[in-house]
Amino acid sequence: MPTNGTTPLVEMRNISIAFGGIKAVDGVSVDLRPGEVVGLLGHNGAGKSTLIKILSGAYKPDAGEIYVNGEHADISTPRDAKRYGIETIYQTLALADNIDAAGNIFLGREVLTPYGTLDDATMEAETRKVMARLNPHFRRFKEPVKALSGGQRQSVAIARAIYFNARVLIMDEPTAALGPAETQQVADLVLQLKKEGIGIFLISHDIHDVFGLADRVSVMKNGKLVGSANVQDVTQDEVLGMIILGKCPAGATPGPGAS
Amino acid sequence: MTAPVASTAPPPSAASGSFLSKLEIDARMLGMLAALAVIWIGFDLLSGGVFLTPRNLWNLSVQTASVAIMATGMVLVIVTRNIDLSVGAILGVVGMIIGVAQVQWLPAYLGLEHPLTAPLVVVLAMAVGGSIGLFQGWLIAYLSIPSFIVTLGGLLVWRGAAWWVTTGQTVAPMDTRFKAFGGGVEGALGATTTWVIAAVACGLIIIALGFSRRRRLRFGFPVRPGWADAVIAALACGIVLTAAALANAYPLPAGTARRWAEANGIAWPEGGLFIPHGVALPVLIAIVVGLVMTFIATRRRFGRYVFAIGGNPEAAELSGINTRWTLMKVFGLMGLLCGISACISTARLNAATNAAGTLDELYVIASAVIGGTSLAGGVGTIAGAMLGALVMQSLQSGMVLLGVDTPLQNIVVGAVLVLAVWVDSLYRRRIK
Repeated sequence: MPTNGTTPLVEMRNISIAFGGIKAVDGVSVDLRPGEVVGLLGHNGAGKSTLIKILSGAYKPDAGEIYVNGEHADISTPRDAKRYGIETIYQTLALADNIDAAGNIFLGREVLTPYGTLDDATMEAETRKVMARLNPHFRRFKEPVKALSGGQRQSVAIARAIYFNARVLIMDEPTAALGPAETQQVADLVLQLKKEGIGIFLISHDIHDVFGLADRVSVMKNGKLVGSANVQDVTQDEVLGMIILGKCPAGATPGPGAS
Repeated sequence: MTAPVASTAPPPSAASGSFLSKLEIDARMLGMLAALAVIWIGFDLLSGGVFLTPRNLWNLSVQTASVAIMATGMVLVIVTRNIDLSVGAILGVVGMIIGVAQVQWLPAYLGLEHPLTAPLVVVLAMAVGGSIGLFQGWLIAYLSIPSFIVTLGGLLVWRGAAWWVTTGQTVAPMDTRFKAFGGGVEGALGATTTWVIAAVACGLIIIALGFSRRRRLRFGFPVRPGWADAVIAALACGIVLTAAALANAYPLPAGTARRWAEANGIAWPEGGLFIPHGVALPVLIAIVVGLVMTFIATRRRFGRYVFAIGGNPEAAELSGINTRWTLMKVFGLMGLLCGISACISTARLNAATNAAGTLDELYVIASAVIGGTSLAGGVGTIAGAMLGALVMQSLQSGMVLLGVDTPLQNIVVGAVLVLAVWVDSLYRRRIK
C-alpha cells in the first residue's frame, strides 16, 4: 500500500458485517490521510455505503477495528463518530424535511440559551455565515427544507457536515442528484476542503467523478476489497476492470476480493 | 416526494395577501378561526341567540378543557408518526384510582376534606398517567411494537383496569377542594382574579413580542414592520381581555350567590347580587398546559427532536438523536396529560366512573387532526389542536342546544372530521 509517512487520519481494518447471513462487507481495510481524497468505487450493492455507514456510526461492525489518528476508536453510534470529527453527507442527504436549514444543520447539536431553550437566533446567524460560503444566493432560511431545490438541499447537508470542524468527511454519491453547475460546485468544495487538511472519502459509482478528484481509489466488489491504487498508477479502464471483473492491475495493491 | 421550487418563487404566505404576510399570521389558523366563527354565528342564529351568551360560552370553555389538554399531547404523538388510542382508557383508570384515593385511601390517614387531599390526588393522577404512558412508550420505542397495536391493547387493558379498581362501582362524591378542577361554582375564579390574570397575560404578550423583535434586530435579521407587531399585540390582548370580560359577564346562579353572600357576611339585596364566575380553573389549566406544551414543542430541544423524528426518522437517528428515548418521553407526556384531564373530568362529574373518557381517544385524535396535525407526521401545532377541540365541542354543544338527537350529532361530527381533513389537504396541495 502506498504511504507518505504520516499516520492515517482514519484506518478501517478487516471490517466485516453481515445482514441475515449475507456478508455485505467482508474483511475490508481502507485508510485515509490528512488532505487526501480516497474514492470508494464499486457497483450498486458492492458494500461501499455499508462500509462508510460503519465509519459514520450508523451500523456496528461484526468484526474489525477502526483507528483514528493511530488510536483505536470505539464507534457505535453516529454521535461517537461525530465526536471523532467524522462527518457524513448521505446519499439521501438525511434532512428532516419539515425543519428549516438552521434546524437541520444543528440537528442533534443545537445551540442553547443560558435558560436551556433553543437559541434560534444564534443558529440562524451561524447558518447564514456558513451558507454564505457554500451557496451565496441562498435566502430561504425560514422555510422547511422540503421547499428547497435539490442543489439547495445539498448545500444544507454539506453545511451540516463541515460546520462542526470535520476532520474526516464522508461523501456518499454527493453529485448523484445534481446538475452540471452544482456538480462543479461540489468538486470545488472538495478541493478547498482538501487544502484545509480534511480527509475525504468519496463514494461513487461514477468513475469519472472520482478520477478528477481522488488521490487514491479503493474498489469493492461483492463486499470484498478488490484493491487500492494511486490514481496516477492506473488507467480508468483498469479501474473499470477492477469494478466489473474484480481484476487487479499491476499498478494496484490487491485485496482479498481480487480474482 | 416534493417538487423542487425555484428560489425566486414567493414564500407561501405571500399568496394570502401582503397585509397578512406582513403580520406573519398563519393562513391555516385564520381559516380555522373563520370556520369557528361560522359555526358559532350559525348556531347562534339557529338557537335564537342562546349560543353566543356568556353563559353558553363559559360552559363551552369548561367542556372543551379536558379534550383540549389531551389534544396537545396527541399532536406530539402524531407528529412522530404514531398514534395513541388509549388516552380515553388511561383517563378512565386514572379517574378511578384518584376517586378511590380521595374517598378511601387518603381519608384513612388525613381524614376527610383535608387541604392536602386535592394536591396529593393531582400529583398521583399525573404520576399514574405518566407511568402508564412511559410504559406504553417503552413497548413502542424499545420493543418496536407498532403504537397502533400497543395503544389498541392499552385501550382494552386500561378500560378493564378501570373497572377492576372498584369492580365497577362508581365512587362519589369527590373532595370539595378537588371539585374546583371541574369548573362549576367551586372552580370559578371570580372577577378580580380573572382581570389580574388577563392583565398579566397582556403584559407577557407585549414583553414576548418586544423581546423577540429586539433579538432579531440584534442579529440583523429582517423583522416585521413596527405597525404589524403593534397590530398583533393589540389583537392578542384584545382576545384575552374579551375572554376575561365574557367570563366575568356570567353571574353565579342566585342561590349560590346568596349562599356566598351569607358566608361572607354580605346582606342579600332586594334585586340579588351580580357575582361573576370569572374564568374557570380547568380552562385556566388548559391554557397553561397549551402554553407550556407550545414552549416544549417549539423552544426546547426535545420538541425539535420530536419534529425531526416525524420529518425523517432515519435522519434524526443519523444526527445522533436518541430517537427511542425521545419517543418514550412523548408517550409519557401524553399519559401525564391524560392524568390532568382525568382530574378535570372526575371533578366535573363529581364522581369516578369506569366509563369516564369513553370515546375520548377519538375526540382527541379528531381535534389534533382538525387542528392541522398531519397523520403523515412532522406537521402540527399545539394551538391548532386546541382550536380543533373547541371546534368539535362547539359543534356538539350547539347541537345539544338545538335538541339534535345523539345519533345525528355523531353523524355530523364524523362528517365534519372527514370534511375538515379534505379541505386541509386541498389547502396543503395548493401552497406546495
